[in-house]
Amino acid sequence: MPAEAIRMEGIVKRFPGVVANAGIDFSLNWGEVHGLLGENGAGKTVLMSILYGLYQPDGGKIFVRGKETRIRNPHVAIQLGIGMVHQHFMLVPRLTVLENMAVGWEPRLGPFLDRRAMRRRIEALVSDYGLEVDPDAKVEELSVGEQQRVEILKALYRGAEVLILDEPTAVLAEQEVEALFATVRALKEQGKAVVFITHKLHEALEICDRITVLRKGKNVGTLPSSEATEERLAEMMVGREVVFTITPEPVESEGRVLLSVEDLSARDDRGVPAVRGVSFKVYDHEILGIAGVQGNGQKELVEAIVGLRKPTAGRVRVGEYDVTGASPRVLASRGLVHIPEDRHLRGLILTFSVEENAILGEHRQPQFAVGPWAQKRRAIRTYAQELVEKFSVSVPSLSAPARTLSGGNQQRLILARELSRAPQVIVAVQPTRGLDVGGMEFVWEQFLEARRNGAGILLVSMDLDEVMMLADRIAVMYQGEIVAVLRRGEATKQELGLLMLRGKGEEVG
Amino acid sequence: MKRWARELGPVAGAITLALGVGAIVTALTGYSVPAVFKQLALGAFGDWYQLAQTLTQATPILFTSLSFLIAFRAGLFNIGAEGQLYLGAFFAAWAGFTFKLPPVIHPIVCLLFGAAAGAVWGFIPGWLRAKRGANEFVTTMMLSYVAIYLTSWLVAPGGPYHGTQWANQTVRIATTAQFPRLLRGAQLSWGIIVGVLIAFIVWYLLFRTPRGYELRAVGQNPLAAEYGGINVTRNMILALTLAGALAGLGGAVEILGTHRRFIELFSPGYGWDGIAGGLIARAHPLGAILAAILMGALRAGGQAIDRAGVAPADLAAVIQGLVIFFVVAPELIRYFRRLVPRRARLGDTEL
Repeated sequence: MPAEAIRMEGIVKRFPGVVANAGIDFSLNWGEVHGLLGENGAGKTVLMSILYGLYQPDGGKIFVRGKETRIRNPHVAIQLGIGMVHQHFMLVPRLTVLENMAVGWEPRLGPFLDRRAMRRRIEALVSDYGLEVDPDAKVEELSVGEQQRVEILKALYRGAEVLILDEPTAVLAEQEVEALFATVRALKEQGKAVVFITHKLHEALEICDRITVLRKGKNVGTLPSSEATEERLAEMMVGREVVFTITPEPVESEGRVLLSVEDLSARDDRGVPAVRGVSFKVYDHEILGIAGVQGNGQKELVEAIVGLRKPTAGRVRVGEYDVTGASPRVLASRGLVHIPEDRHLRGLILTFSVEENAILGEHRQPQFAVGPWAQKRRAIRTYAQELVEKFSVSVPSLSAPARTLSGGNQQRLILARELSRAPQVIVAVQPTRGLDVGGMEFVWEQFLEARRNGAGILLVSMDLDEVMMLADRIAVMYQGEIVAVLRRGEATKQELGLLMLRGKGEEVG
Repeated sequence: MKRWARELGPVAGAITLALGVGAIVTALTGYSVPAVFKQLALGAFGDWYQLAQTLTQATPILFTSLSFLIAFRAGLFNIGAEGQLYLGAFFAAWAGFTFKLPPVIHPIVCLLFGAAAGAVWGFIPGWLRAKRGANEFVTTMMLSYVAIYLTSWLVAPGGPYHGTQWANQTVRIATTAQFPRLLRGAQLSWGIIVGVLIAFIVWYLLFRTPRGYELRAVGQNPLAAEYGGINVTRNMILALTLAGALAGLGGAVEILGTHRRFIELFSPGYGWDGIAGGLIARAHPLGAILAAILMGALRAGGQAIDRAGVAPADLAAVIQGLVIFFVVAPELIRYFRRLVPRRARLGDTEL
């Protein structure tokens, strides 16, 4: 019997209108990486926030090292050797790594910070766990992956024996994920216990010893990874068989150009040219994917098309209309909709109600307004209700702020709003980022449905699998230019990867 | 109804707490706690006359609170209500003694003049903010002083509207322009009714019209507003223009109802009270009615404390300050907290 580090029994946590945890049992052993898997809103983060003392459970017991314990606040959790690395880092950008780690836990030399003692400990931790990071670098200068390392270091520095990682890979690039996994393995070898929250199945299978699946606040089952398969886990997560890959049925394009971009150039926020003379066309019944490593001008390209950034040169046409530099309102009236990359920053007004968000962009339409001085309240409510039902957005109520929705439901609400406008052209950026399996499938199906109905879709995604699966043609963007346009199946993933990384194919070398 | 209780509960608690601390300060400074608080209560609500005093003082504060909160809803700070109030007051007075118009029409014309003058004084910082990025916090405050001293000069000896020899003020406005008083012997006028009406109009504007929707969208998330086809800069200008108009209207009401002429430096800081009033109201136009009455009560009660001689006016000011501080502090803390990234909330949220 391996020694148990943590046992949680019958944990219940209610929030207004939602039962986040409905009697969950969970256990964690020393020297184990335990995956916590579930859709958005399944209650993973809430359960672990309870363990870390951020929330008080409404019912259930927690045992730490076999002893029943009440964890009143994170301070108590830290003293019990429990550390948590959140999705959103809690670091002070202007301070150095060392100073960040000291916050609240300073070894003192009289009234001063004992930097030497700290440095010694940090360096020891760095070498033990392969957490490469410069203690004197300012946090604002670090990459996301490095910042995450600092958070892990911080937890270890405070004496964490049990480490909770909340969707640690969501923000990381491919190579950084590898480094993280190496660290997690090192932690495990040292006999520490790690909880790995994720909704990516292959990650859970790769790194975890045991996997617990949560669904709608309940523990659906705990099983050793050796007995788990992606299909089985996915079924447990969503409660039904899911299709992982969708095969778009072939549709015949009529050859109408719906979106045409000619020689488009734009600068980034610093004024540096980011898009350089990009040209492409999107036809009816077509998904054009734009693949590329983040930061190669995709963001600026999209913004220049959808009216959020002024192009410095070139033309954008929607159908026969020249919409170069037109405002989002004009573009919407020409049948172009935009599924923005950042749901919180662009797509929704989090403090506004579901209802109010449902009409964002259409709030001036005669359907919802009588001139600028009166709203058709009933029409708005009915419309919002329709959207919510048609796109199965689960909401506490139509008057609840959008902030209270889970990430997947926020995205559904945006899709509901934009796709209900019967668009000719859909510009979507990272539409499935951060969504669980069920959410992804939903988004994909919506796009294929729109394609079936004749829409042209510009799909920008960093997820190569997604682009390869959905797109009829793939344009590869590299340093602000389109370096290749390939038809479906024309290139392997490796070949595309090379194009994205170097801007040219293998043979040129 | 439940929402009312949720919003009002903490405010009532804060006021109680503030009065408690006020009592301690009163005791520590050697004054009689029962006497001071008795005068405070009597001065604010003791009889019809005192209640009228409270409401008289609440009237301009209601307008300046609405002025502050409408800009706040659009994510802007209108710190210049005091100056907009003066300008509105002066132009309302000017329309009051210059035009010959029938009753009912005359005060409406005066109100429009006051609102227009205030609106200009809100439009300028709004335009500067939207087109030039000038911080409205600074420009509204600076322009406020320009307005206050400009109106002082207009009625000073040698100024064009120096109306009477014994004081720096204009001549009286025509009786056709005056608001009728509501209570014999008190200054309380129709102004408070106009104020409540305007509060409801502002509420309607903010929460029941596409314009208000856009204004609030710009205040809550300008990036999403832009994405939704909302013209962010135009709404900024609109918000500050409306804010100026509301403060100007407050000045006009004060002239038509209370003073009946423009008097140099007539406002004891109603414009500044509007900042506290707007925040106490949680930026809600109907809450502003209650907030303004609270502020008016503190002013009227404070004057009574001074008048009865149970404590100096300074102590009354301390109590007023404590109440404002206790009620507003949580709101401000919440506001500034919003500026730093929040922790993941309810359920599994992701970027």
